[in-house]
Amino acid sequence: MNLTLRVWRQKSPREAGRLVTYQARDIIPDMSFLEMLDVVNEGLILKGEDPIAFDHDCREGICGMCSLVINGVPHGHQSGTTVCQLHMRHFHDGQTITIEPWRARPFPVLKDLIIDRSAFDRIIQAGGFTSVNAGGAPDANAIPIPKEEAELAMDAAACIGCGACVAACKNASAMLFVGAKVSQFLHLPQGHPEREARVRNMVAAMDREGFGNCTNTYECEAVCPKNISVRVIAELNRELRRAAFRPPPAKRAVGAG
Amino acid sequence: MWKTSIGLKLIVAVTGVLLYLFVIGHMIGNLQVYLGPNALNTYAEKLRALPPLLWTVRIGLLVIAVVHITLTITLAFQNRAARPIRYVRKEAVEASVSSRTMVYSGLALLGFVVYHLLHLTWKLTNPQYASLRDAHDRPDVYAMVVLGFQNPVASVIYIAAMIVLGFHFTHAFSSFFQTVGWSTPRTRPTLERVALILAAIIVVGNISIPLSILLGVVHLPTGGM
Repeated sequence: MNLTLRVWRQKSPREAGRLVTYQARDIIPDMSFLEMLDVVNEGLILKGEDPIAFDHDCREGICGMCSLVINGVPHGHQSGTTVCQLHMRHFHDGQTITIEPWRARPFPVLKDLIIDRSAFDRIIQAGGFTSVNAGGAPDANAIPIPKEEAELAMDAAACIGCGACVAACKNASAMLFVGAKVSQFLHLPQGHPEREARVRNMVAAMDREGFGNCTNTYECEAVCPKNISVRVIAELNRELRRAAFRPPPAKRAVGAG
Repeated sequence: MWKTSIGLKLIVAVTGVLLYLFVIGHMIGNLQVYLGPNALNTYAEKLRALPPLLWTVRIGLLVIAVVHITLTITLAFQNRAARPIRYVRKEAVEASVSSRTMVYSGLALLGFVVYHLLHLTWKLTNPQYASLRDAHDRPDVYAMVVLGFQNPVASVIYIAAMIVLGFHFTHAFSSFFQTVGWSTPRTRPTLERVALILAAIIVVGNISIPLSILLGVVHLPTGGM
């Protein structure tokens, strides 16, 4: 396959970027999208040019690093798939492919297609955890949890924090991500002691980072590589409202005893 | 809570649903045009005879509308700021046109509401309406509606505005349930269907009035005026 790539090139966060056209030649249809970019980069390196910078890690669809908007859709048109699991057989010979980074103020471009996602880390640091002592692993069935609740928690916990929801949302809202993180604790008993503080702090952190607001267009759900449902956004809304009517609990000694 | 983006969105949703309910009530009142001049004029007179209720509703609606519009615009500016650099190429996979254009359909409706008030409530565009009286010497609302919609330009503006309203409401109804957190994957398809049906009822109900007048089905009583 021979393809024409229009790739966003940007030297640094401060410099303006632009689309640059490259030819990708002799691409094997069974290659992943990232392998195709590897081939293009090999060619650029041989020519003495700066290779295209893009994020990747596990290349198994589980780490959430590969963040590319392909032909206007985060992670490409293949639903429920990360870029690393998107294969070139879904494209056709001679096609032009536009590749851009996630676009959101809280996700500044570091170089070319690499963005800084630490805004998500700060939201997690605000409440996306349980303050329990890390001891020996308890028995799996020590706390019985209804199957349906466990499934809801696991569905939400499938979020890999890739940020495609933000990239796809017309408002650059992070509510699918925050909703997933709130929901995964909400459906498990371990998440309940810090329930109100978690949602308050995570929403406050989300607002501080400058993400937009959800207007229920559901574009996030459509592009999520882990098929996270917008159910988690409804749960987030409900949780925050619930927390608003409950005074913050008296400070507890976290980690003592 | 009320300082968060989610809190503001909740206020937008609740004020929106109140405006939605008003539109339904307004339509039911207006459909009395089909019962003839006496029915509509009696209804209008009854509303006017209850000044505390009338003014409570008017002031309440104004406050609700101002809050709904102000917060929506505030949120829209925040949303715009959240993505300073636009995509060169962006495609919508799931989002409906009505969901992506709520701010624009809302602003178009605001323009229409101002025109509507100038036209039929304050009678500034058509001052002659103020002098219309019926056989019982009441303000002749029926004649005002019929004469108003006999003007094809006014009718076309109303019909277009109602289509925009239907568009706005299609997304607004199901969106409300999501924003207050009452929507689930199981109820969402039903809510979206109900949204569509309710929007269609409102659009057809309201559009039927200018259409009936233009087609001569509803007309001024012979011998009157």
